[in-house]
Amino acid sequence: MTILVGYIPTPQGEAALTAAIAEAKAHDESVLVINMSRDDKLVDAHRAPEADLGRLDEELSESGVPHEVRRIEHGTDPADQILDAIETERPRMLVIGIRHRSPVGKLLLGSTAQRLLLDATCPVLAVKAD
Amino acid sequence: MDNLQNLLDGFGHVLTPMNLLIALLGVTIGTAVGVLPGIGPAMTVALLLPVTYGLEPTQALILFAGIFYGGMYGGSTTSILLNTPGESASVVTAIEGNKMAKAGRAAQALATSAIGSFIAGTIGTLLLVLVMPQVVSFAVSLGAPEYFAIMLVAFVGASAVLGSSRIRGFAALLIGLAIGVIGIDRVTGQQRMTYGVAQLADGIDVVVVAVGIFAVGEALWVAAHLRRKAAEVIPVGRPWMGREDWKRSWKPWLRGTAYGFPFGALPAGGAEIPTFLSYMTERKLAKRPEEFGHGAIEGVAGPEAANNASAAGTLVPMLALGLPTNATAAIMLAALQGYGLEPGPLLMEKQPVLVWTLIASLFIGNTMLLVLNLPLAPAWAKLLQIPRPYLYAGILFFASMGAYAVNAQPFDLFLLLALGLLGFGLRRFGLPVLPLIIGVILGPLAELQGRRSLQLSGGELGGLVGGPVAWVCYAIIAVVLLWPLGRLAQRAWSARSGGPDDGPDAGGGAGGGVGGAGADRSASPTSTEVTP
Repeated sequence: MTILVGYIPTPQGEAALTAAIAEAKAHDESVLVINMSRDDKLVDAHRAPEADLGRLDEELSESGVPHEVRRIEHGTDPADQILDAIETERPRMLVIGIRHRSPVGKLLLGSTAQRLLLDATCPVLAVKAD
Repeated sequence: MDNLQNLLDGFGHVLTPMNLLIALLGVTIGTAVGVLPGIGPAMTVALLLPVTYGLEPTQALILFAGIFYGGMYGGSTTSILLNTPGESASVVTAIEGNKMAKAGRAAQALATSAIGSFIAGTIGTLLLVLVMPQVVSFAVSLGAPEYFAIMLVAFVGASAVLGSSRIRGFAALLIGLAIGVIGIDRVTGQQRMTYGVAQLADGIDVVVVAVGIFAVGEALWVAAHLRRKAAEVIPVGRPWMGREDWKRSWKPWLRGTAYGFPFGALPAGGAEIPTFLSYMTERKLAKRPEEFGHGAIEGVAGPEAANNASAAGTLVPMLALGLPTNATAAIMLAALQGYGLEPGPLLMEKQPVLVWTLIASLFIGNTMLLVLNLPLAPAWAKLLQIPRPYLYAGILFFASMGAYAVNAQPFDLFLLLALGLLGFGLRRFGLPVLPLIIGVILGPLAELQGRRSLQLSGGELGGLVGGPVAWVCYAIIAVVLLWPLGRLAQRAWSARSGGPDDGPDAGGGAGGGVGGAGADRSASPTSTEVTP
């Protein structure tokens, strides 16, 4: 089985990745890292820079788990993309990083984490940054 | 001394809480739209035109001038961080500025462009104070034939000098003139090109044309190119400059100002040519020319100063002659007409308070822009993360509201859509927008002056070439039009003599080659033709 990680270049994203590697090691599983960047923005802060993806790849290789790093370039909603990936890849578990959001912020922008927690068809491990 | 006295009076008028607030609003909006590629000050002024009919003319102009100056500041931010010029005037800045950002010197590039813009804008506005009254006193003596000739120069200049090709420029100009002709002829009272549609008898309102071409056209263009990869965030940090950067920047700032102001003031000016010239000069004069192409700070400082100085220069013909030399000025002129004020040399005499308050507001706006841009550059860069659908939904909303508000008739909304499709076509085929807008706004005025001079001379065509000013103008037009023929003849001659024509002049013309603020998206990649 695989463990799917929704990665963004933030402390939360890093925490999710660390947790996923630990999970995968414990159960001898593989890791699939997905980074989503929206195509309706000029600049997306959640797009992981090339160097970042390279570093991820190295970290995963060092830990010795079988892995794949994938970047999704199109679409407008990260939650949709990750839910799609769950349908096609059938992972045992999804790992995401979560953080505090204000009610207004959630109202205006929505919460990707909340949608994933409620709509994912597999168990979701939600971790926080230290 | 008289000017200074007037200027001080102007400061007195502008220093009211309301006017200061409007100036602040103007520069804030201006910076924001400057940052966003494809949305320029011209489009914004057009969108806000109907909204400002409730304001006093002076306050509306303070707002517009703030947007105009602010756009010049904001454009450089996008150029530097994204390599996508937010504004046609910042095309050249992107060449070195983006290289600097990639090398981790984004903060310095932003600082040199903001401080350079401030210095150039202040010097340029001072020059405006000194030069404009002289131009006005000269312009008052001009008659209809001279005006007609000067306007022709503006037409030819906007079409032939800027833009990627002359044919495209003239095509856009002719479309603009054709739109300008629609309506009742002011001299004979006949309907022209109305095809029996009653709503067209008054002509098409400039607001509808500008909003249609800039806003709806751009929105359609973006909608047709939706799927693009997002860029990564470049860490900005707080803009600052070291001693070395200051030392390397101050001369380019001054040289850029010297290029920018006169070019802005010429009837065929605009910011594209002086920024390009400034870049070339800095590359030639640089102590370390090998740095050019890898992020030389001089290549950011010079062009950025040039584009702000040219913005100040643009106001000379706009206020003194009623001649727009770029799209934003053209729409500001339309706004003046909307208030029932007649642009031209008499404006200063009839509305001295308006003119001097406007100029005083430029000094204040420029200072506000420095304060807004230097510490807040990272915040402005965040604007680039707004999803496009939100942005363009807002623009289309404002566009339709503005077009409907002009005459409160649904017909204008259909016109808006039709003109939007035209604007899309312009972008699709690389036609510059500036000649079209100038044609629409200046066309009827030029026709008026031309026919007036023909009436004065009793129908003799010779009446059109009265006076040395007109001679000079026609000579300039002849040179501009015949120049490519001369080139062609020279090339043919050298080809016949067997000499290999290496033709370094092939890329001649205006470097970035971009007309109109809104059109730059389609043509912006051409800036790469500047080989380092």
